[in-house]
Amino acid sequence: MKKFDRNDLILISSFILASAVILIGVFLFSGKGATVVVSVDGSEVISLPLSEDTTYNIGGYHGSENILEIKDGKAHLTGASCPDKLCVNMGYISKEGQSIICLPNKVVIEIKGNTKEKENFDTISE
Amino acid sequence: MHEMTPVRRTAIYGVFTALAIILGYVELQLPAFFAIPGIKPGLTNIVVVVALYTLGDKSALFINFVRILIVSILFGTLMAFMFSAIGGILSTTVMILLKKTDKFSSVGVSAAGGLTHNVGQILVAMFVTGTSSILWYLAVLWITGTASGIIVGIIGGLVCKHVKPIRMMEP
Repeated sequence: MKKFDRNDLILISSFILASAVILIGVFLFSGKGATVVVSVDGSEVISLPLSEDTTYNIGGYHGSENILEIKDGKAHLTGASCPDKLCVNMGYISKEGQSIICLPNKVVIEIKGNTKEKENFDTISE
Repeated sequence: MHEMTPVRRTAIYGVFTALAIILGYVELQLPAFFAIPGIKPGLTNIVVVVALYTLGDKSALFINFVRILIVSILFGTLMAFMFSAIGGILSTTVMILLKKTDKFSSVGVSAAGGLTHNVGQILVAMFVTGTSSILWYLAVLWITGTASGIIVGIIGGLVCKHVKPIRMMEP
């Protein structure tokens, strides 16, 4: 079996570099989001301003439930009916292009900018 | 002296698969320790890496798939099966291809495997939810997937060194 050498180092550093570039792109260059868009099973349900503190009960797929809280310009899920609660653990989002996803309930929370322009995240990640 | 008879092969595959299932079960008990979703130490991948280096390509793919199928039937959901199956097949295929180039050690091979496993998961997530905005999360998983892949690769390499006898059983 081959030993660890320069090739491995180059491979691994390029992986880490690529993800660092994407992360820096998302966190530095994408603007502060303005609206929180909630979708269930691919279709938009409601869009809420990020500036107003509020809670919203998302009726998801097959009678499931996720509780969205917007506070201090950040959005997060405080509760969910899904078994694993991964969406709750995903924490707070506030930057344009960020999202929280609850797969079992097919709920997607996205942060969008205030203009109607198509989100620029796709171009960053390509 | 050690011929790979069908019986011998069945027994060895069984041992590897059983090991992978147990590690998969242990891993299922862990998520509470990991605050960020999707992050797992990838313990089962140790078995896949060892299988890849001691038994060969097809065996690694086969053992990983049977492991995913059984763990999903026993403890998981259809959704979990989709996630694991796509991630597992993608990562094992990438590891096989990288190993074939003979340019990387088990650490590099396994790091690439850990990363592609996450790529597979995100692809399924994008397909299920019909949104591409989850892509940013891939960058987070990418780093952790690479890190766990490195650890798995180191452990896998060590295990391979110490299970030399099994090499005589190569087909």
